[in-house]
Amino acid sequence: MKINTIRYSFKQGFINIRRNLLFSLASIGTIIACLFLFGVFYSVVYNMKHEVKMIEDSLTVTVFFEQGIDEQRIMEIGNEIKSISNVETINYISSDVAWKSYVDDVYNGDMNYVQNIFGEDNPLEDASSYELTLKDISKQDATVKTIKAIPNVRKVNSSDGTANSLNSINKFVGYASLGLIGILLLVSMFLISNTITIGISVRKEEIAIMKLIGAKDSFVRTPFLVEGVMIGVIGSVIPVILLYFMYDGVVDYLAKHYNVVANLIHFVSTGEIIKGVAPIALLLGVGIGFFASLLTTHKHLHV
Amino acid sequence: MIVLDHVTMQYPTGKKALDDVTFHINKGEFVFIVGSSGSGKTTLIKLLLKELTPTKGEITVEGKRYSRLKRKEIPMLRRKLGVVFQDFRLLKDRTVFENVAFAQQVIEKSMKEIRREVPAMLTMVGLADQYKQYPRELSGGEQQRVAIARAMINRPDIILADEPTGDLDPKNSEEIMTLLDEINKKGTTVVVVTHNREIVDEMKKRVIRLKKGKIISDVEEGGYRYED
Ligand SMILES: Nc1ncnc2c1ncn2[C@@H]1O[C@H](COP(=O)(O)OP(=O)(O)O)[C@@H](O)[C@H]1O
Ligand SMILES: [Mg+2]
Repeated sequence: MKINTIRYSFKQGFINIRRNLLFSLASIGTIIACLFLFGVFYSVVYNMKHEVKMIEDSLTVTVFFEQGIDEQRIMEIGNEIKSISNVETINYISSDVAWKSYVDDVYNGDMNYVQNIFGEDNPLEDASSYELTLKDISKQDATVKTIKAIPNVRKVNSSDGTANSLNSINKFVGYASLGLIGILLLVSMFLISNTITIGISVRKEEIAIMKLIGAKDSFVRTPFLVEGVMIGVIGSVIPVILLYFMYDGVVDYLAKHYNVVANLIHFVSTGEIIKGVAPIALLLGVGIGFFASLLTTHKHLHV
Repeated sequence: MIVLDHVTMQYPTGKKALDDVTFHINKGEFVFIVGSSGSGKTTLIKLLLKELTPTKGEITVEGKRYSRLKRKEIPMLRRKLGVVFQDFRLLKDRTVFENVAFAQQVIEKSMKEIRREVPAMLTMVGLADQYKQYPRELSGGEQQRVAIARAMINRPDIILADEPTGDLDPKNSEEIMTLLDEINKKGTTVVVVTHNREIVDEMKKRVIRLKKGKIISDVEEGGYRYED
């Protein structure tokens, strides 16, 4: 396409938007609402995910062995645990390390005192263990069951389901927001399509003449595609900017007014949120703008 | 250069607007197509512009058989055809200059070419002074000149005019016909659909007469006198 034609298409695209300002604004407004909502949900879900990950990382599963088995067998058990797909890390805690951390915890690390009572003996002789972290806490029960079935495993300690329930709330919020955003995207598409349809009907005579003079389909169509894409771009840049300024404000507000929240949740930085939201929002905005006008021009221009 | 070979056009309503029409128009000819209202003249123009597809028969223009033409080739075909209407069909929100320039923009000519060619064309149709005016500020005859300038700016091989003087007074009508005659003398093939008896009689051109979709006469240096 020639430079002149590109310039023409942009000019006409903007003229379309301006001529038909009310509908253009309605379309832009809907996309803004839709993508802003997307940004808000993204922030919530992303923060919750982040929180779950932190909790998950701090949760461990501890595996103890039957008394009197040798190190060879303990290594075999270790290999078997490693081969379970949900196991992320595995860490061997020897009885010495276990005893030392017990002394640290219970006797404030006072080895002299402890030696007076126990001498050189290690009361936790048979308490060596594996400490595991899991990839997916929601599958903890199944994993524990699998480990318990390994011969010579005496006991498996695991944590409760906090992370688990947080995870399922997160999933629910995720799906609910996806559904809502999907509906809003459809509404935006419908509005853009209406805007373009009006633009086409206003310029019906002009388009008819263009075609008789010998305009290519692409020439007739491009201004409307530009119009759709511009609506999409404006509709996606504004909510990202809004989110950028509001996210910090909301986090600050929560931190100041709800100490509990601030202590409980470790908010992700604005930059990280925007880095995630901006490309998706732009893609969605431009995408629906483009496709809405593609479909509409296809229908009304018979191109 | 223009060949209609047993062309029939039946609208979806069942109306046969053209019925087995066959004729040849050679390069450089000036042809009137006459006939009473509803005889199928506009339908014929629309077929030549490939706005409509005949239900039977073949149209060939400059060797291009319309039935074999792909959708993508239609713009190129239309660039060889300049078209003029009874109601001018100018863009009301654009000046005389912009209306003519529009035709070049649409076929993606550069600004440089547009700036060079539009003033020359406006001079040719006698509107050089009025390039800044809007269609509503012009008389009917002047508006039709703008339309002719727009049709001619891309140097088509053929001009198709559908009742170009239908809305004009006798003086303006004559001027428009004179302009079309000049264009024809410079080598462009001109096909004019008209009702204008005086002009047809006076100009002594080939006259194809339609009645109810059929050709009832085709006379060199004819007149309107064959009217029934
Ligand atoms: N789009 C259409 N659908 C159905 N019938 C049509 C259509 N256009 C024209 N006709 C009919 O076809 C006949 C020829 O019309 P037209 O070519 O416009 O005649 P003319 O231009 O000679 O007055 C008329 O009877 C008219 O009513
Ligand atoms: Mg007619």
